[in-house]
Amino acid sequence: MAWVLDDSRPIYLQLANKIQSDIISGVYRPGDKLPSVRDLAMDAAVNPNTMQKALIELERSGLIYTQRTSGRFISEDAQKVTIMKENLAKEQIRLFLSNMQQLGFENQEILHFMEETLKEERRWKH
Amino acid sequence: METLMECRQLSKHYGNKIALDHINLTIERGRIIGLLGPNGSGKTTLIKLINGILTPTSGCLYINGQIPGVETKKAVSYLPERTYFNSWMKVTDILHFFSDFYVDFDSRRALEMLHRLNINESDRLRTMSKGTKEKVQLIMVMSRDADLYCLDEPIGGVDPAARDYILQTIITNYRENATVLISTHLISDIENVLDDAIFIQGGRIMLTGSVDDIRMREGKSVDALFREVFRC
Repeated sequence: MAWVLDDSRPIYLQLANKIQSDIISGVYRPGDKLPSVRDLAMDAAVNPNTMQKALIELERSGLIYTQRTSGRFISEDAQKVTIMKENLAKEQIRLFLSNMQQLGFENQEILHFMEETLKEERRWKH
Repeated sequence: METLMECRQLSKHYGNKIALDHINLTIERGRIIGLLGPNGSGKTTLIKLINGILTPTSGCLYINGQIPGVETKKAVSYLPERTYFNSWMKVTDILHFFSDFYVDFDSRRALEMLHRLNINESDRLRTMSKGTKEKVQLIMVMSRDADLYCLDEPIGGVDPAARDYILQTIITNYRENATVLISTHLISDIENVLDDAIFIQGGRIMLTGSVDDIRMREGKSVDALFREVFRC
């Protein structure tokens, strides 16, 4: 299954984002070995050079590291992953807030709606 | 990076029609490159010049520093637009053909790919669908250990699943010292596997660059840019 990529942004950044979210959501655990560049490229149906570039980007951010002979691994620094996860959460909330504000809602109203929706969801689950 | 192919002021005329007009182009090793242009832009002419099937009207073209000829054909694996196999041929005949002609042909690799696609070696081309024929031909071409693979419209006539298979074959066979040059006008299908794009129109190179650089700079896909640049 090829990865879903959009048309507007560079491909390598989208690949890096996808792997990053796989790390954050726990598809890969700290210390796990990543598949080879070639296998990842095959899986994503992209050019191996582009995948390589994505991995270099992730290395720069410290989420993965290279062990000279044995390949690439997910950082064992669990805190780094937690921080990234929180940053991503904040990003999503800011996006949500700005969308709601654009619809003309005050912060107090947004909070109220949020609570109501959560209550409803809880009711559905029971 | 190491230069694999170079064109200098390369021109090709057919009578008084100019197919290629003073092209300067350098191709490096280890890249997957899209040669992109509308119909009649000069893609096939350029590929035929690379393969020594046509000779330049003026200017020059070098592969590994040599003018196209017997030596360069050892280094270039060519998938033409149209098949040159006879329809009475069996897959085994073609395998023998390729083993005979090319020292770098790896028949084990070819057999592996044929088997994975459930293509029977004793089948004749005549009995195959158009898509299967194209797959057979691509497998032969990709089973050589060449420096440069020239694929002229490899995805034109096949269904989307076969298209995916062809692209997968290209990615799987990718090697760091080899380059794949794919001519097509179906850009969105192959954009994700390309390193670089070359836009060609009216026999002239309009633009060259890495796909991600183009996306970064233009904020749109190479396909979208192509539609804009070549709007009819």
